[in-house]
Amino acid sequence: MHNKSITDLAEGLRSGEFSSVELTQAFLDRIKRHSSLNCYITVTEDLALQEAKAADDRIAKGDATLLTGIPIAQKDIFCTQGVKTTCGSKMLDNFIAPYNATVVEKFNQAGSVMLGKLNMDEFAMGSSNETSYYGSVRNPWDLNAIPGGSSGGSAAAVAAGLAVCATGTDTGGSIRQPASHCGITGLKPTYGRVSRYGMIAYASSLDQGGPMTHSAEDAAIMLQVMAGFDERDSTSVDLPVPDYRSGLNNSVEGLKIGLPKEFFGDGLSSDVAAVIEAAVNEYRKLGAHIKEVSMPNLKLAIPAYYVIAPAECSANLSRFDGVRYGYRCASPVDLTDLYTRSRGEGFGKEVKRRILMGTYALSAGYYDAYYIKAQKVRRLISEDFKKALSEVDVIMGPVAPSTAFGIGEKIGNPIEMYLSDIYTIAINLAGLPAMSLPVGIVGGKPVGLQIIGNYFAEDRLLNVAHQYQQVTDWHQQSPKGFE
Amino acid sequence: MSLTTDDVKKIAHLARLGIDESDIESYAKDLSRMLDLMTQMSELNTDDVIPMAHPMDQVQRLRPDTVTERDNREQFQAIAPQVEAGLYLVPKVIE
Repeated sequence: MHNKSITDLAEGLRSGEFSSVELTQAFLDRIKRHSSLNCYITVTEDLALQEAKAADDRIAKGDATLLTGIPIAQKDIFCTQGVKTTCGSKMLDNFIAPYNATVVEKFNQAGSVMLGKLNMDEFAMGSSNETSYYGSVRNPWDLNAIPGGSSGGSAAAVAAGLAVCATGTDTGGSIRQPASHCGITGLKPTYGRVSRYGMIAYASSLDQGGPMTHSAEDAAIMLQVMAGFDERDSTSVDLPVPDYRSGLNNSVEGLKIGLPKEFFGDGLSSDVAAVIEAAVNEYRKLGAHIKEVSMPNLKLAIPAYYVIAPAECSANLSRFDGVRYGYRCASPVDLTDLYTRSRGEGFGKEVKRRILMGTYALSAGYYDAYYIKAQKVRRLISEDFKKALSEVDVIMGPVAPSTAFGIGEKIGNPIEMYLSDIYTIAINLAGLPAMSLPVGIVGGKPVGLQIIGNYFAEDRLLNVAHQYQQVTDWHQQSPKGFE
Repeated sequence: MSLTTDDVKKIAHLARLGIDESDIESYAKDLSRMLDLMTQMSELNTDDVIPMAHPMDQVQRLRPDTVTERDNREQFQAIAPQVEAGLYLVPKVIE
């Protein structure tokens, strides 16, 4: 049951082939059996079984949605009322939110079952899932490799069949990159499409929640629930939400695909490049037209991101001061001591590094040279995308320069780690939607294809991904030992 | 551009962020390398470019200035780390 699609499971629940309680119990058993993957920070077993019972009642009454009774899991960045929300940090190890994030509330209303809270890089800062206070998640395809970050727990859980689907968040590639490394489908929607209310903020102008699933069709079902205007989020965009499943079967004949030459230069593994070219070729066979496009300012995306994101992080994380909630140091001697020791003892090294960088970039004398400069570069990168997307329907390229690297391999070299997000970061700066879908395996590890679309064109992205998944089976493959 | 250990101490103070003495050297090295990366941006002339703080160039949406909050006092008191006689207890910092 653990590798079936949402629609297949919904059908099984309606036909009485199995109940939500049975389905939920099967996933809870798998979570226990594969606990060494370290995907979950908190497993909400009792709550899940209660929700499953309620879902079974709802299905019996005939007012179920497609997600009613389906076991899903939430990245531990989304606040959950009455359940610990840690954001992967010692700082919030004791935090129980008094409210639900809008995304969580929407899944509750749909009747889905929450299995628990998924491991992640601390405050979503990381590209490998090695910065969590709760330890690294292992990649089910290679237990010595990273699952990718920061939504590594979400990606590994879906890949290993420890949840039907999961939520993730993407600030610089944190949905797409782990989706690529774990062989699942991940969608970062347009900035503002999914509410950020109750999603613990890292970099407010970049963060966006999205679905992590086996297939594009499942992603469409999840996004249908997640998307929409939220009055409580001032960055939420008030636009109608289309029916994401209705266009999945549209033909891609005549689709114009742009390949940025800058995505295929030095630094890209030749094995990964070959897999991406083969995937693009599948689209060619389906009748798509391929065109080279250019992103001249793309190389500056990483420097711009590593000014903007830390600057916003230093402001957002200033609320963690040991006074109101979260970790508090023992016996502070004065207010400064309370702040500095609570923050110093509560945050991990990567978070501290980014707070320091952001504080420096925003400090008097450096604000114009770094922060304003980065915001200007951001506009140029955004204009590069707008120009390219005026010539083509979608842009394609790799998600990451290589397959998943080894645990511990890059953790001592932050700059090298940052460069692993080279193909994803620019999309967040521009606020565009993009997704990763599995398109091959190199050396036993999955490779993801990135598809970037125009603003609020998630339906088009899902259609393009779904059409590929109709003629290939990469999205149906499971890692050995997790079949 | 390279940062000294004193620079790191100064930034940490601005951020009210305690860092171990033994880590300062490595933070100085990492931050210096990050700044080197950032200097790549200076190669680009951006004199006429308007900074972009929001990906859709949106301005902050405002709501009518009316009270919308519900009274959650009892719920918040129930989950606060320490309360006494209806008050929240926080560390004493002023003698």
